[in-house]
Amino acid sequence: MELTLWTYEGPPHVGAMRVATALRDVHYVLHAPQGDTYADLLFTMIERRPARPPVTYTTFQARDLGRDTAELFQNACRAAFERFRPAALLVGASCTAELIQDDPGGLATALDLPVPVIPLELPAYQKKENWGAAETFYQLVRALAGPHAPPPGTKRPPRPQGRKPRANLLGPTALGFRHRDDPQEVEKLLDLLGVEVAVVAPLGASVADLARLGEADLNVVLYPEIGLPAARYLERTFGQPWTKTVPIGLGASRDFLREVADLLGLDPEPAIARVAPRARWWSLSVDSTYLTGKRVFVFGDATHAIAAARVAREELGFEVVGLGTYSREFAREVREAARAIGLEALVTDDYLEVEAAIAELAPELVLGTQMERHVAKRLGIACAVISAPVHVQDFPARYAPQMGAEGANVLFDTWVHPLMMGLEEHLLQMFREDFEFHDGAPPSHLAATGPARPRPPAEPVPAAAEGSVRWTPEAEKELAKIPFFVRGKARRNTERFARERRLPVITLETLYEAKAHFGR
Amino acid sequence: MSPGCADAPIRKERGQREVFCGLTGIVWLHRKLQDAFFLVVGSRTCAHLLQSAAGVMIFAEPRFATAIIGERDLAGRADLDEELDRVVGRLLARRPDIKLLFLVGSCPSEVIKLDLARAAARLSRLHAPAVRVLAYSGSGIETTFTQGEDACLAALVPTLPEERRAAPPSLLVVGALADIVEDQLRRLFEGLGIAPVRFLPPRRSAEMPPVGPGTRVLLAQPWLGETMRALEERGARHLPALFPLGAEGTTAWLAAAAAAFGVPEGRFRAITEPGAERARKAVERQRPLLAGKRLFLFPDSQLEVPLARFLHGELGLVPVEVGTPYLHRAHLAPELALLPAGTPLVEGQDVDAQLDRCRTLLPDLVVCGLGLANPLEAEGFTTKWSIELVFTPIQGYDQAADLAELFARPLVRRTRLVA
Ligand code: SF4
Repeated sequence: MELTLWTYEGPPHVGAMRVATALRDVHYVLHAPQGDTYADLLFTMIERRPARPPVTYTTFQARDLGRDTAELFQNACRAAFERFRPAALLVGASCTAELIQDDPGGLATALDLPVPVIPLELPAYQKKENWGAAETFYQLVRALAGPHAPPPGTKRPPRPQGRKPRANLLGPTALGFRHRDDPQEVEKLLDLLGVEVAVVAPLGASVADLARLGEADLNVVLYPEIGLPAARYLERTFGQPWTKTVPIGLGASRDFLREVADLLGLDPEPAIARVAPRARWWSLSVDSTYLTGKRVFVFGDATHAIAAARVAREELGFEVVGLGTYSREFAREVREAARAIGLEALVTDDYLEVEAAIAELAPELVLGTQMERHVAKRLGIACAVISAPVHVQDFPARYAPQMGAEGANVLFDTWVHPLMMGLEEHLLQMFREDFEFHDGAPPSHLAATGPARPRPPAEPVPAAAEGSVRWTPEAEKELAKIPFFVRGKARRNTERFARERRLPVITLETLYEAKAHFGR
Repeated sequence: MSPGCADAPIRKERGQREVFCGLTGIVWLHRKLQDAFFLVVGSRTCAHLLQSAAGVMIFAEPRFATAIIGERDLAGRADLDEELDRVVGRLLARRPDIKLLFLVGSCPSEVIKLDLARAAARLSRLHAPAVRVLAYSGSGIETTFTQGEDACLAALVPTLPEERRAAPPSLLVVGALADIVEDQLRRLFEGLGIAPVRFLPPRRSAEMPPVGPGTRVLLAQPWLGETMRALEERGARHLPALFPLGAEGTTAWLAAAAAAFGVPEGRFRAITEPGAERARKAVERQRPLLAGKRLFLFPDSQLEVPLARFLHGELGLVPVEVGTPYLHRAHLAPELALLPAGTPLVEGQDVDAQLDRCRTLLPDLVVCGLGLANPLEAEGFTTKWSIELVFTPIQGYDQAADLAELFARPLVRRTRLVA
């Protein structure tokens, strides 16, 4: 038993949902109780998807347990197939159904549906969301591309003369951190080398697309947490090489071009010369000098944490004082990356431990997940989000990739934004005592909801203007119960209301009269 | 013939349900009971549900957590009792401010038949007198969304102090209400001369209300069937009433108490009329926009029937389907009587079939859960997400206009945005 306040990852079937939702024409029948349907809101509210995820939950209840939950499952499969007509059906169990051992795979196969049925075994008491997504993607690729595999031991025929090399992009899913935008940027990088994109999967792919994954010359693994098992399978089965560099940041983007060129026998240099994000010059410009040596703490999934540490050091001139991940599956990689810069990696999925580490290191900037954003806010430290778990804010309306040239620009902007601007910081050092320009004040371009460091006392409160009205202590107390973000408006409206009616005292009654009066 | 839908048939539907489980109640209960802590004994799914339902909004160290059952526990390699004791010990060491701890059962803990009531009794002994430990189930196989609060309060009832024998009748308001609403109601009861008035749940665990045969109960929420049953076992009596939504609902709700406590008619009118009038006027302002609009409610919180009654009676909306996860016929009888005759009432859910009906009926306003709202908006429907109705103060006279506004806003927004 493990005490958990907040989790970095959901259960593995949520990972499966991310893959199912990313694909165009599969449906997932999940043996699960009603409460598990909460997962739909991750997609419809956080990611603002305009359609429900393609998931049918059996929503069995206690009274079904003694009876036939297996039949319930089969009926749900049949009904889902009839209604949604998917090209392939995923079936599986959530944590509760795993305990009642109904064997969704066997039950669904027995229905003899005219489409591939792919059973998912996702041990809910051992594994987590990313693992579930990786396993689901792997099972799909095996089931759908597998039948097109050449006999074992067949050598991959050389690429026909005159045909451009082709690459699959593996790993982006629904609800991923900027998975929506990264593939486009990587496609631009590949285009510089004359490489075409064959299939992007799972995000936006169809069952037919998955079936032809083996045709490409190369697999680009965008997010190893999700795409790696499938890439390894495709390498074994189709002899396709895969890339190990994740092109986040300028340096990694250039390394990525080198790696792809190397795997395909191309010349990377012309392409490398053409990757020139503005961020590079922004970082060289004198205004950025003040970024030098800023102490940053980095935490996220392994891919984004490792990448962020490199960008922070090599491209922004920061000093990385802490590096960690919650992806235990990739602990080794993160430990190596940390060791290379003289640090001991923090590998944990207990956010309290992360919080303690941040408090202890007192960095000037935290690059983390939404969890670290909250921790940083509480500690009054600037923060930018670099990795899942995600929040509605991590799905901006604008194009905001992390990878490739534009990704490098996005990183520069989003990481520098929370910090004080250069000159502002100097002035602050000079005039520490200025009452509205003190060192507890947030950067001037950010809203006052920023770091909650202690402010000097006695903020001058403008006295109630013309025709003073008095509040009874009772009404004043009531006002304090109104949420702070509307309190000011409520006070002003009530005072205006009282003045207009020439009421000398604001009572509770007046407060509510005014509320009713101004209510829209 | 009886009016409205008092005896109307209720269609029961079985199929995929799209509702939260009872664990969700923790999201508001932990804010209300300020020295209580809710420890779910469950899976990573349960932890993730709570986190997703609560949003990262209330990230300030929450007074809830999940003891996630692991492979070792299931394989019998770890002793579940010992594990639970260890987890609770660690938790209480971290949070010495906790006076009341709820062990909250989940689907996995129910399926493996983990006896949390027994564990609670053991832990209570272990940590007495500093901390009291109680258990209830919020599992999705047994409870739907708001039923979690019912289960929690029902678990509290047997532990409430006994009312003194000779004590005069007292009023007990049951169901978590926003503090501001509670204070308004308190003042109204004071004005009516009804005393003592107590609330369950209280804000602090030391203020548990006593109960006994003199206790008269007003339910503030429609989902408290089990709690009421437990209170009746302690001798308390239920005062049937409309729920305090809107001017009419609030007056009727207060009137039920006034009648039980013999408040003279004149005094009742003098105390309630200003608030009622204010509420009527403020609600009336939304009427032109809302009257005649066709309303479809998906099942979510069990507030659906009282909401339909308010929206129909005070704002003139026409309910074309009222879905509810569970319908307590007796507690909702006064509400049902005020719905227009022939209103389709559906208990339970088959979400795909219900979506089909919604698409056929083409309502002007759909009240639904978070999973359905954006997809329906994308299809061109105007929606109001229902969870907000549970998380915002909507009861009483001075919230009536806010309640009306919650429904008006989506429609106003549609008219504002240029196509
Ligand atoms: S439905 Fe059951 S398993 Fe799912 S979150 Fe609720 S209690 Fe946990």
